[in-house]
Amino acid sequence: MSMPLYASPEQLMRERSELARKGIGRGRSVVVLSYAGGVLFVAENPSTTLHKVSEIYDRIGFAAAGRYSEYEALRRGGIKQVDMWGFAYDRRDVSARQLTNVYAQTLAAIFTEQLKPYEVELCIAQVGTEYGGDELYRVTYDGSVVDEPRFLVMGGQTEPISAKLGETYAENMDLAHAVDVAVRGLGAAASGNGGTSATGNGSPGGAKPSGTGLPELDKLEVAVLDRQRGRRTFRRITGAALTGLLPSADTSDAGEKPESEGGGEA
Amino acid sequence: MQSSSRPQAPTGPLSAAYMSTATSSFSEFLATQAPDLLPGARGLAEASQGLGKQEVTHGTTIVALKFDGGVLLAGDRRATSGNLIAQRDIDKVFVTDAYSAVAIAGVAGLGLDIVRLYTVELEHYEKIEGVALSLDGKTNKLATMVRSNLEMAMQGLAAVPLFVGFDTEAADPARGGRIVSFEAIGSRYEEHGGYHAIGSGSLFAKSALKKLYDADAGAETAVRHAVEALYDAADDDSATGGPDPVRGIYPTIATVTAEDGAVKLPEEQVQAVAEAVVADRRERGE
Repeated sequence: MSMPLYASPEQLMRERSELARKGIGRGRSVVVLSYAGGVLFVAENPSTTLHKVSEIYDRIGFAAAGRYSEYEALRRGGIKQVDMWGFAYDRRDVSARQLTNVYAQTLAAIFTEQLKPYEVELCIAQVGTEYGGDELYRVTYDGSVVDEPRFLVMGGQTEPISAKLGETYAENMDLAHAVDVAVRGLGAAASGNGGTSATGNGSPGGAKPSGTGLPELDKLEVAVLDRQRGRRTFRRITGAALTGLLPSADTSDAGEKPESEGGGEA
Repeated sequence: MQSSSRPQAPTGPLSAAYMSTATSSFSEFLATQAPDLLPGARGLAEASQGLGKQEVTHGTTIVALKFDGGVLLAGDRRATSGNLIAQRDIDKVFVTDAYSAVAIAGVAGLGLDIVRLYTVELEHYEKIEGVALSLDGKTNKLATMVRSNLEMAMQGLAAVPLFVGFDTEAADPARGGRIVSFEAIGSRYEEHGGYHAIGSGSLFAKSALKKLYDADAGAETAVRHAVEALYDAADDDSATGGPDPVRGIYPTIATVTAEDGAVKLPEEQVQAVAEAVVADRRERGE
């Protein structure tokens, strides 16, 4: 029998944190914010089929940054959890706060018990009946929970985006204004953002420095929890509807047609 | 992992069964995690043996017919328990997702449970997979759920659904409406004739539709025909309720079309049609 290598718990936790942070920081960013009509999700995502943003329940949406396989498993688990809860009791008895607790417990257990922590950060958002009634929760890789009142940024380089949103976020914005703020916020980090794809498998091709302060507009995943809609509030915004909302074409031309692929740092 | 018969507490970590990708079906998941929540849960069939058939609430007549551009589903509002009227305003027609609706006949409680589970099932699949089931996928799933209640049916407690949906993949959108009927043993039959009825008054409703049905009619005419058929069923079948102007109770109708998807018609619209039918009959002295 060989002696297991000894590492102090403190060192173990530190190393796991570092691993998770690096993984999440390599990905692309997601912005979630509350606006007059509901909750807006904008994610930089080169894939049109592997979603970072998803419907969880009638008034609850989900966004994630980090490793696709891991947050996809959490997303499925969350949907099963809330559908089961709503079926056993009533649809009104399902809340984002409850689901956030489940995710926090799950991620905390994985962080302390498993060899490798999940390299993910989650946002669970619930749309209220009026502006100011929305709930945005951030759950990090170690199960910490933060309740954000207005907006949150996850994945990639969050500091420049958070700083930009801190300046530009306004109360009670309409949808077009909110999309503009979110997209320009993502653009604040576009020049420095990392090169892994949404699937987290490390393929290069990251965001390019556009010089216009805008991210790649054709690689955005946009969805809302729409306050005005009936039972299911989640709605993806794609195609022409999305193009109409994005910052005007004259300022974005340069961003959409970069000359070279050399911008991403792997 | 350990299987519990309760839904997971909202504070504990998600167990392996929740994180698994083994199934995208909610009813299959329910069967492993909380089987006591399934309609007609184990033991109920045996336990209900002593229960006389007469004491259980039954829902009655449902009609479905296709029209140009869609399909509709209509049900009367009566539930009976033996020779008594158990409920006058029961609603047996349900919109189950964006392009489908289901109505039930037979044991009302069981049928309502099946529809409730089926609605969650469709939405669950759509959320997990990111796309809705195909129309045939939906009806196949419903057939499985009906079959899983066979034990109950053998005890005389059968509930059968009638499914209508719009096939968004249809080559000819004007003929995209589909009607699918089921048997208690889980067999499903697509009704190509353009109309179908189930429940105690179905014989009369079908006879009425046989004379009235027009495949090229629009939605408005189809609604009228459905209400006529339910009127005829109520006229000759004691378990089917007719329009009740005293209490303001009229049939419930759902239409499924390409433009609007599956929607319940507003009560006032059905009321207007029902009043027109009644006035017409009064004139003819029937």
